[in-house]
Amino acid sequence: MVVFVAQRAWPTLSHEGLSWLGSGGNVDNQIGSMANTSSSPPASAFYLRAWPLMYGTLLTAGLAVIAGLVISLLTSIFIVDLAPPPVRRAMTPVIRLLASIPSVILGLIGILAVVPFVGAHLITGGEKESVINVIQLTGAGLLVSVFTLTVMVTPIMTALITEALGSVPRSWHEGAIALGLSPLRATIAVSLRAIRPAIIAATALATARAMGEAIVIDMVSGGKAFSPNPADGLIFIFEPLRTLASEIIDQAEGLSEPALRSSIYAFALLLMFSGFMLSIGSRLVRRPLRKYELSS
Amino acid sequence: MADAERLPQPVLQAPRRRRGRRSSVRSWRRTDQLIWALAWLAGIGVCVVVGAIVAFLTAKGLGALSPKLLVTRPSPSVDQSGSGGFLDPIIGTLTLAAIGTLIATPLALMTAVWVVEYGRPRWLAATVETSIEMVAATPDIVLAIFGLALFQFGILAPLSFRGSGGGVYGRSFFAAGITMSLIALPLTYTATRNGLRSTPRQLREASYALGKTRAATIRRVLVPRVRSDVATGATLGMGRIIGSTAIVVLLLGATLQNSSQGSVPLLGFLRGTGSTLTSYVLENSPAGEGNAPQKAYAAAFVLLLIVLVLNAIVARISRIGDAAGLSAGRLSL
Repeated sequence: MVVFVAQRAWPTLSHEGLSWLGSGGNVDNQIGSMANTSSSPPASAFYLRAWPLMYGTLLTAGLAVIAGLVISLLTSIFIVDLAPPPVRRAMTPVIRLLASIPSVILGLIGILAVVPFVGAHLITGGEKESVINVIQLTGAGLLVSVFTLTVMVTPIMTALITEALGSVPRSWHEGAIALGLSPLRATIAVSLRAIRPAIIAATALATARAMGEAIVIDMVSGGKAFSPNPADGLIFIFEPLRTLASEIIDQAEGLSEPALRSSIYAFALLLMFSGFMLSIGSRLVRRPLRKYELSS
Repeated sequence: MADAERLPQPVLQAPRRRRGRRSSVRSWRRTDQLIWALAWLAGIGVCVVVGAIVAFLTAKGLGALSPKLLVTRPSPSVDQSGSGGFLDPIIGTLTLAAIGTLIATPLALMTAVWVVEYGRPRWLAATVETSIEMVAATPDIVLAIFGLALFQFGILAPLSFRGSGGGVYGRSFFAAGITMSLIALPLTYTATRNGLRSTPRQLREASYALGKTRAATIRRVLVPRVRSDVATGATLGMGRIIGSTAIVVLLLGATLQNSSQGSVPLLGFLRGTGSTLTSYVLENSPAGEGNAPQKAYAAAFVLLLIVLVLNAIVARISRIGDAAGLSAGRLSL
């Protein structure tokens, strides 16, 4: 698989080298001009600086996973420790349902319900006018992308963390309570520490999912390879962006153009590479924690 | 031993519950109280989000859905009333789910049996395990684009749609279904492997003691035992296949109607391009070309119903498995 994709991506990589990963210029224009090159493109046709796309990918995935991690930790504590038994039994199918809702449905709700809402109520007319010459603020952008991605990754992480919490020996938790901790403090101090490897694994999986999600981002991100800039103040969260994955799906029509095709395969290679790095990285981080590994 | 049995058994009593939990929360540290409140908020919030999604789609979907939509074919039209229903996408979804599951399930079962029961040479088993993990971590858009590269190869050209100039596009039900099996494979494999690993060794040894060979043990004892795990994994995989959009858009063409390639009835259909409910939703949303939100809502609602049914099946299978003491009843994904 790696060989196939790498082979297709080779022209771009060989022409552009590592500076391909850098920033500069407008990705939309660069890709647009690629579509017009001939079937045997000159080296200049491969010109592309992919940083805005990578930045969009990292930004959305990172924010969504951080939000998802906090929410899913709290939800897991709720399910395992706080919820009354009937609620606890009801939570499992609810989480499973949320995890199995196809992402295109989330995207649909995002684009038809959330985006217009954000556009109409959260962004003021003045804010829209202030940037009208650069970008359009319709509501589709960073905020909605991160929100939808969070809804996507939270159930996955919650399921994994809850399962791990459930496999912590009861006696550890009870021992901590016997030492005078409150039940909640015992969960935080003992159980959550014990399942750190599972939390890391869940985070890595969620990050991989969030980075690779193409359709949803394509629908709700505003479809412009603009890099949201925190220096812009509050409108930062409404600025449009594009990710590697959504760029692939967006340019799928142009696969017959050699320069464009090569660039798209290079995006895929980059995504694949980061996925591998994630799983290797999470293994390396988990290794020193292995003494906590529970036999489940 | 006998003495010990005559001793009066200590009566075990459940420790009396301390004062109600609520009153103790007040005595906690401030930060703990905050976490307690946030945990409740998160738990309820997740339920509210799920409820809102289902309710919203049901309201919008039921309003837009009519029996006619389910049985008419989509057709190009400027306004929503003339653009037909989504019979083709439904057929596409079912076909892809069938192809993907039919390929993935036997493959996953055989791989899992080999890894757990034979697993020699060890490095090969470890490699298999790692590669399946890698496939599971690969985004489906990358799988899709890989599939596109693969099926554009000359040897595989008969499997897919050809352009008028004889160009191989690598797009067909075959191509998409085979790629789909890659996203179902890890789920089925993991479920089966866990089932096999949790099978007690005594069961195998008893079978050997009765004179069964290793192959017969696998066929007669182990495979029936992990049947519910396989079914759970396959159903989860089917859910993922049905929900995947990227592979459909890239490898099936996401065309309006399912169009056959060649004149052989079934083969032509499978070699042709088409669409599924997911791509139909995408195309009819404002992000696509159709821009018919009503149709998109209706199709999304049907999609949600299918997912709900699949979830119910998974829950049922694992409950049956639990009753027979077979599966661990995990909240697997």
